[in-house]
Amino acid sequence: MSQASTEIIRISGHAGTVPGAGLNREFQVCKLVDTTTCIGCKACEVACLEWNGYTFSQTTFNNSYQTMPETAWNYWNLIKFNEHERDDGSMMLLMRKDQCMHCEEPGCLEACPADGAIVQYANGIVDFQEAHCIGCGYCVTGCPFNIPKFSPEAHKVFKCTLCNDRVSVGLEPACIKACPTGCLHFGTKSEMKDLAEFRAEQLRDVSGFADAGVYDPAGIGGTHVIYVLHDAKNPELYGGLPKDPHIPYSVWLWKKPLKWLGNLAMIGGIVGLALHYLRVGPKKEEPIPPEDRGPS
Amino acid sequence: MSTTDTVRRPRTTTDFDEELIPRYTFVERVNHWFGAVTYSYCLITGLAFWTPYLYWLAAIVGGGPTARFWHPWFGLFFTVSQFFMFMQWGGDMEVDNDDRVWADNIKAYIENEDDKLPPVGRFNWGQKIYFWAMVGSTILLLLSGFVLWYVEAVPWSFHILRYVAILIHASVALITIGLFLIHVYMSTLLEEGSFASMVHGNVTRAWAWTFHRKWYYQVTGKSRPNQ
Ligand code: HEM
Ligand code: SF4
Ligand code: SF4
Repeated sequence: MSQASTEIIRISGHAGTVPGAGLNREFQVCKLVDTTTCIGCKACEVACLEWNGYTFSQTTFNNSYQTMPETAWNYWNLIKFNEHERDDGSMMLLMRKDQCMHCEEPGCLEACPADGAIVQYANGIVDFQEAHCIGCGYCVTGCPFNIPKFSPEAHKVFKCTLCNDRVSVGLEPACIKACPTGCLHFGTKSEMKDLAEFRAEQLRDVSGFADAGVYDPAGIGGTHVIYVLHDAKNPELYGGLPKDPHIPYSVWLWKKPLKWLGNLAMIGGIVGLALHYLRVGPKKEEPIPPEDRGPS
Repeated sequence: MSTTDTVRRPRTTTDFDEELIPRYTFVERVNHWFGAVTYSYCLITGLAFWTPYLYWLAAIVGGGPTARFWHPWFGLFFTVSQFFMFMQWGGDMEVDNDDRVWADNIKAYIENEDDKLPPVGRFNWGQKIYFWAMVGSTILLLLSGFVLWYVEAVPWSFHILRYVAILIHASVALITIGLFLIHVYMSTLLEEGSFASMVHGNVTRAWAWTFHRKWYYQVTGKSRPNQ
């Protein structure tokens, strides 16, 4: 979204260094989603739409509370419902607020070819700058969480900004403000991590969820949206949260070895052809010997 | 060039040697240049997406979003040119035994010792390989390009398709770029007369005799000696 006044530390598709990186004090923000106290009221979805100026989208019905299958370019925040049957036969309604995770190592940014279309701020927010987006969809390939969504009308990609516009002026994100149960929290990464660990411990010791834990996946260097889960061993149960998310290997292969091999081969090829010309020169036609002149 | 050659033959070509014979029809030339232009567009825009150091290339075709919009369309146009090229030249591009001998001695060709090579038909082994590699690559680029084209059309459950498509598309594009560089170098700089033949459609008798001798015998009705 709009270029905020916060410090930028990474820019997609940008040759050379990032202007002004590393000047500020460290201030990493984080959103904590406690799935164990979420009641699925969707207040956060409405707040997100309102703040970002979108209208409510048409819902689908599939015999559950799920109102649409996944987030959309104009619907950045969606509660994922899962009716989970436990080993003892009892039913548990798992609800997870799905939105951009604001990865420390963002696959979207890694994949993006457009100079300045995705930036990562020093506070951890990963934000799309639609003015620079060319609509190639590479970010969709790079993201392990199915977050960036392509708008066929705008030919650009949109996703949750972590309310960068609010955060940069000292406000909390709109979803946090709207949550009636207090299952959403916002603060610094270390504060939120402490709070989450404390809550997980409570769930393990007091509430009998032996596998309760915090979701802050290490494969992408941690995220700036973290979850408390009753069952941290099976994050997939929560609307398909990947167990060990990482930047896809194919994206790494494409952006690292293939890129450098390709660049070397192209430069090497051009130099090689130039040297060939200097060494052997042009091929010239030769006179036809008498026996090959004219039709027989 | 061996010294015996220079003794046996005159140094310069005669008027007869410089007479023109047709090599490419008007339709063949139009299609060739249609392919060249559409490929070059894909090349320029593709390289812009390929590396940040070449992203400026997008600016010369109207900026990133414009390049992204047209790249797949020009890819489609390029595919059309390749289809017609296949219809026009497919028959002449079959690799025969002389070509295999030629390929075994390709070192002589690279070192400009063409007189050590077996006589060549309308196209030499290198041109034939370039042709078939381009035809095959076009199919792969088209299939992988389609997956990347309409971003919203590939559901998340099929997202592995994207991983496969981008790797295939980029790798195959690189292979064609390598071949394309060689092709452009050979036909503009290396083999004098080639570029003009694709513009005017004609070559001199001497050019045909030097580089495509079997074809020269064929089109001039001169039977091949010792045969
Ligand atoms: C045959 C039909 C083709 C289609 C449908 C197609 C489509 C695409 C699409 C959708 C992309 C994704 C990025 C974008 O569009 O901005 C792409 C990237 C690319 N294309 Fe094509 N393309 C085709 C042919 C070609 C050809 C002939 C070349 C020759 C050089 C080429 C070279 C590239 C390159 C280098 C990239 C960037 C890969 C990267 O970022 O690593 N494409 N193509
Ligand atoms: S579609 Fe995604 S990857 Fe492509 S330019 Fe826009 S933000 Fe970058
Ligand atoms: S969740 Fe996806 S879109 Fe969000 S920062 Fe991570 S890779 Fe990018």
